[in-house]
Parts: sequence; C-alpha cells; structure tokens
Amino acid sequence: MDVARLVELNAAYARVIDNEQFEEWPKLFHDPCLYKVTTAENVARGLEGALIYADTRGMLEDRISSLRKVNIYERQRYRHIVGLPVVLGQANGTAEVETPFLIVRIMREGDMNVFATGCYRDKVQPDASGALRFAERIVVCDSRRFDTLVAIPF
Amino acid sequence: MDIRHDETPESIAERTATSDGLWPEDSLARVPYWVYQDDANYKREMQRLFEGRTWNFICLEADIPNKGDYRTNHVGIMPVIAVRAADGSINCFENRCSHRGALIAFDDGGNVGNQFRCVYHSWSYDLAGNLRGIAFERGINGVGGLPKDFCRDDFNPRKLRTTTLCGLVFATLSADTPPIEEYIGSEVLSRLKRVLNRPIRVMGRFVQPLPNNWKLYIENVKDTYHASILHTFLATFRISRLTQGGGVLVSPDGGNHSSYTIAVPEGANANAYKEQQIRSDQDGKFALADPSLLDSVEEFGDHIQLQILSVFPGFILQQIHNCLAVRHVVPRGVDKMDLVWTYFGFEDDTPDMNRRRLKQQNLVGPAGFISMEDGCVGGFVQRGTAAAGDEVSVIEMGGSTAESQATRATEASVRGFWKAYRRHMGY
Repeated sequence: MDVARLVELNAAYARVIDNEQFEEWPKLFHDPCLYKVTTAENVARGLEGALIYADTRGMLEDRISSLRKVNIYERQRYRHIVGLPVVLGQANGTAEVETPFLIVRIMREGDMNVFATGCYRDKVQPDASGALRFAERIVVCDSRRFDTLVAIPF
Repeated sequence: MDIRHDETPESIAERTATSDGLWPEDSLARVPYWVYQDDANYKREMQRLFEGRTWNFICLEADIPNKGDYRTNHVGIMPVIAVRAADGSINCFENRCSHRGALIAFDDGGNVGNQFRCVYHSWSYDLAGNLRGIAFERGINGVGGLPKDFCRDDFNPRKLRTTTLCGLVFATLSADTPPIEEYIGSEVLSRLKRVLNRPIRVMGRFVQPLPNNWKLYIENVKDTYHASILHTFLATFRISRLTQGGGVLVSPDGGNHSSYTIAVPEGANANAYKEQQIRSDQDGKFALADPSLLDSVEEFGDHIQLQILSVFPGFILQQIHNCLAVRHVVPRGVDKMDLVWTYFGFEDDTPDMNRRRLKQQNLVGPAGFISMEDGCVGGFVQRGTAAAGDEVSVIEMGGSTAESQATRATEASVRGFWKAYRRHMGY
C-alpha cells in the first residue's frame, strides 16, 4: 500500500477531529470495524478493556451524537500531530500500519497540554470506491493517565 | 507589609489557612467550603482519616495470587506495599526504607521472591516487612558499619493490618478499626457480596486525574440526586431515573452506602422529567444508531440493574448493567486526586458476556457516556468556591439525617459521608 495514501488518510483523520467536523470521522471507517482506545500497559498485559470500544460505524456515530448533544464538558479542542506510518505487513488487500501521534488539548481558557501520545495500530483496506478506510484502529496510549475526561475521540 | 523571613511551607500553610477546622453549624446538611481548600485540614485528613480507624482499599487478591507477588498503592498519601506471604496470607507495610526513606518498591507490582531490597543501600526486608539485611552492617575489615548495639527490630517500616473480603484487600494503620464486615455494616455488605460472588478477572485499568479535592468525588459518588439529572445518557435510555424503583442504603455510621435502581416500569411518574423540563430527558430527540451497548442481561437474579457502593473513605464498587468496576480515590494534594479504575468481569464469563462487558465499558471511565461528566463537575465546584471558603453548601434533599431511604431524590448518603468524616476528624 502506498505510504503517501496512508499519510493522506491520517491527515484527513486528524483534520476532521481538529476542525471539529466530527460527523466526518465515522466515515473514515469500514462497517463493521474495530475502534478502541486503550493503553500500552493494558495491551502488554493482554487486557482487552478499553476507554472507548466500537465495533460498528453506528457505535462511532453514537460517540459523536453523544458528544454533540448529550455529554457535558468544558469547551475544548485537540491538535493532532501525526507521525509517519510504517507498513508492518500486507495481505489480501489489508495493510497493517503503525503510526505515532501526539494530541495537544486546548481548553476554553487557553490552557494547552500534551493530552495523549501513543501509536495507532491500524488495519487499512480500500472500500468499494478504492478509498482507504480503517477496518481497525487501536489507539494505544503511552500513559495510563487521562486528565479530567475524554469527550473527543483520539 | 510586614515580610517574614523565617517562614517554612508549614508556617505559610498555617498562616494562610482559611480555617482552624471548626465546623460552622452543627448540621449534617451544611458543609463549609474550606474543607476542600485548606492545606492544614488536608494534612489532618491524612493522619486522622486515612491513617486512622479506616479500612483502605489496597488491591485485588487476583493481583497477587502467588507467594512473593506484590502490588503498590497509597493509603492517603502514604505509599504502601501489599505482598503475598509463603503461608498465603497478605502483608501490607509502608513503602519506605527504614534507612533513608527511599521507596522500597518502585513499580506497580511484580514478584520479589523472598525479599524486598531497597536499591539505594541494599537494606532488605522479608515478606512481612521486617528489616532483615543491611549491606556492610559490620563495615569492611572491622572499620565502619553500624554500631554493635544497633537493633534492626526497632527500624521496621510501619506495618498495616490487612483483611480480605470477596477478593478485595483492605488495610488499616489502626489497631482499633473494627472487623471489615462490622465496619461496612450488614446491609451494604450484602450488596457488596451480591456482586463479588465468584472469582473475578481484571479486564483493564485506567487512571483519571481529577482537578478537585478527593471529597468532591466521593460526594458525587454518593449523590443519588444528581445521577440522572447531570448524566443525560442515564435518563434518556432509562438506565437510571429517580422515578424508577430504587433507593439508597446508608451504613449506621454513615460512611458506607449502596444506591440502586430496580428494573421495573415507572408507572404514573413516567412523565415527571418532562413536566419539570429537566435537560437530561432527551427522550425521543436522541437515539442510538447502534443500541447494542445497552444489550444487557440479568446477571445477579434480583432485577437490580445499577448499583453504586462505597466504603469509607475511598473505595467504590460499581455495577451498571453488566459493566463492573472498582474505583479507588487517591488524594494527590488539596485540589487534586487520582481516580483509579479497574474494570473486571468473572473468570467464568462466556465470550458473549466478555463482548457485552467490553461494549458497556463505554458507559464508564474517563470517556464514559455516563460518567465523563463526573470528571469535570468536581472541578467546577473547586473553582466555583475559590472565594467562598467561609460559605457553606446546602445538602438538604430528603432532610438533615443520614438514614437509608427508599428514594434517590435524597442526599442522605452524602450527609452520611459527613457524619463519618466529622467523627473521624473530631469536628
């Protein structure tokens, strides 16, 4: 799989979240899919539990409608800095890809902090139109600590 | 202004303290805000509460199944080690070397074999926390070393009494803390046993640092009044509404509680939320695209679909449908705390039940559909009361006492917390 296209996919992913075009985010996944946010420690210990777990595009859409209409939290946004993808393997049209990320959280009053760093562990496949989409995106965070709350997906 | 040159952090804290610890009114329904702000009070809490006559959650028995397995945690701000001894018992002692005070163990856990060894100067401790070995104790070639009359037994780290209950490990520094069953009280104890009825399986751990005093989170946990009002998710999907069946049990000493929701139709009160125009009632306006995360099964055979239980001062057990977790509150300063989440299931879970639990874990934790608001609301109080140290909060729903009540439109268990708090603190 062409690394330039993976870079483009990651750039689109970061852009829709950072620009608060959240409704575009589920569209970057296949349906069904697997999206999980967990930690390196849980992965190392074989613990499956996750902060966020979605195995359908509907569950991703529910994350967005919940953060838009239901949940209460102080106004905030993210800035993703996404590193270069490394293709670990390819088989049957699916690429296994690993990409490091850093998320800065910007709070209402202007406080900025490094909210999360980690690695996206992905399975990427083209959809019917040939566009690359995530069959799987496991967000493996480096730290076990998640300050205050996580409303917006990583 | 008179500038003092001899100030220490302690004297500054004492001079700038907003209070001498005097309670303004003799009512459980009024709590002064300095209690969340005052450094001197925070220090007193560590000594009188956490290091006093209380049982503190340390770890799960499942964390330390074999001899030499240990896990570290905190009792208040005191670092502690819990370790499985050769005879299968669990010992707990302060994680502080008797020599220079370094941490004896500086990881979350592991296996130490027969002894702990401090990395700084290699003083070693057996699995009961007794000082056993001192490097170069006799010096080298008769020069240096410790005096001949040095008595190791006088220099053990502080030991805690430990107890286990349904796979949970608790510890106390006081010889006077009553047995755990008596401490929790029979009613709340039966609710704890109803969930922890067989061997558990840890599914994941996360830490959620919160920008508020530790007590604001404990109050939130005990506050059955807010749950379905702040948390839209609960009300919209009828996971928990005050108009559903349920209530709150408060232990006789006030410190422990169990609130619960029963899965029965609401009947005549079904429109109460709409009539009161409560924001959290989005019924009809908000529907899940994939409702599979609400696909729960009756697991405990008693129609209790939601139960939140707390043991004073900092332990919480949660059952929200099939989503189970323990939460541990660790103070990190007067206006900071860590909330440590351990998600669990049971060893005999089927693959279907495992997947159900994974889906329902979306409801809780730092990113929980239900619980994320609890992460910020304590900080809102901490900031909102910044200039109000001498003002009081009003905790009067359901009266001024702390008895069990057959409704959750009450703050009885919050008052129970303050009843226990004031007794331990001598306020």
